[in-house]
Amino acid sequence: MSGEARVFHLRTPISDEDVEKLRVGDIIYITGIMVTARDEAHKKILEVLERGEKLPIDLRGLVLYHCGPVVRKRPDGTWEVVAAGPTTSMRMESVEAEFIAKTGVKVIVGKGGMGRRTAEAMKKYKAVYAVFTGGAGALAANRIKRVVDVYWLEELGIPEAVWVFEVEEFGPLVVTIDSHGNNYYEKHMEEVRKRAEEIKKELLSKIEH
Amino acid sequence: MALSRETLEKAFYDFILRVSTGMPEDIYLAIKRAYETEENPVAKTQLEAILKDMNIACSETRPICQDTGTPYLWVEIGEDFPLKPLVIEEAFKSALRKATKEGYLRPNAVDPLYAKNSGDNTGRFIPWVHYEPVPGDKLTVRLLFKGGGSEAPSTLIMSTPLKGFENLYTGVIDTIVRYGPLPCPPLIVGVAIGAGADIVMSLAKKALLRPIGQRHPDPKAAKIEEELLEAINKLGVGPHGFGGKYTALDVKFEYAHRHPATFAIGIVTGCWATRRGTIQFESDGSYRILSKHLVPEGGACVIR
Repeated sequence: MSGEARVFHLRTPISDEDVEKLRVGDIIYITGIMVTARDEAHKKILEVLERGEKLPIDLRGLVLYHCGPVVRKRPDGTWEVVAAGPTTSMRMESVEAEFIAKTGVKVIVGKGGMGRRTAEAMKKYKAVYAVFTGGAGALAANRIKRVVDVYWLEELGIPEAVWVFEVEEFGPLVVTIDSHGNNYYEKHMEEVRKRAEEIKKELLSKIEH
Repeated sequence: MALSRETLEKAFYDFILRVSTGMPEDIYLAIKRAYETEENPVAKTQLEAILKDMNIACSETRPICQDTGTPYLWVEIGEDFPLKPLVIEEAFKSALRKATKEGYLRPNAVDPLYAKNSGDNTGRFIPWVHYEPVPGDKLTVRLLFKGGGSEAPSTLIMSTPLKGFENLYTGVIDTIVRYGPLPCPPLIVGVAIGAGADIVMSLAKKALLRPIGQRHPDPKAAKIEEELLEAINKLGVGPHGFGGKYTALDVKFEYAHRHPATFAIGIVTGCWATRRGTIQFESDGSYRILSKHLVPEGGACVIR
């Protein structure tokens, strides 16, 4: 990506209009509610909806975060988020399109990018995927103001449970899938693969026999 | 201070916190240099976020990354060091349990057969420990907290000897391209050649411990490191896949003698948050953390 990035500050609930303004390469900061879900929580949430039951939290307009945090309980019983960077999003590719369609989340935050099915669902249901710097768990925790709630903690354990975070200026998040059908990583990695062929030829010419 | 299991445990606990929350000096400085010289604006935002993260982790004593990794230990135990390996290992495990219980480490040890997290970062063969007896009466322990995401690209190539170097070069490039942003670049890339699969994977991982910028003492090995580093950075994957000059911070090459019929190649990656450190004990129980880290001092973060 080149040129100065556009910067947006979004507040939940996020509207379709907010989402439609965004393009790959834009940088966003989020204030409001982010809800975590990894592999097991995706399965759990989709099962609840499949049975026609209500989720403990209405996800419409909210931000889904692929994250398994480090947390600890304070003496007063409230939770402290110690570190909370993103996990690899691609693991959720097989269920994310259905998740977007059924929950109405507007922004998905993770790392490493997602695939074609998710990108198609984002175009259809108006949502974006944005990357938070992988590994930056302390920075992320610093932007989480409090834990509003946690669901299925006993059943799923700390990393897999659904954590509801109130966040302030959570970012920088780089949009890599927008609601117009663009998928930044797909294009970028295609360019990298092309360059790789040239680079390999050059390297092989250096081998000493 | 007398040497005892308790002395070791207390020192290991401090050491674990230091390694989990304080970036090693060499990686911190390499990221800082990358930030200062990167021209791609989005790549620069990633490097800036990484530097902020390192500083917050240091000043607030938080883990640098929420994936606090799997603990790997390389233990050099002096033949005349008074404590036995099992005592040393038990002391380390107690320190790990304490640090996990206090919320400094995420419980990451999962029993694969019974799908149960041990809850305290210890388990069957975990921590994974290499022992090396050495002359003298000191104990030196090197620790690596290895993140799960950066394990994904680990690659073994059992090459024929005639195609060995060709497969080495193309294998490294193909691996970095295949995994793109997933292992959290800028990376440290460990590469090794040897007789067998286990030898090269082990050497490649241990190579991640060598400081950034330090070249292999053998000139041919050093040349391989330099050529691979230059080639990887020409790919332009960039920090978290956002392009720019820094896909790898360094390449570390190691080799063992091979079998006439084999040319095993091991490739291992470490994320930008490669958390590693070294602690050394004297036989009287005194100790020093030999590695330098970003640590809090008087309201600021300094390297010490």
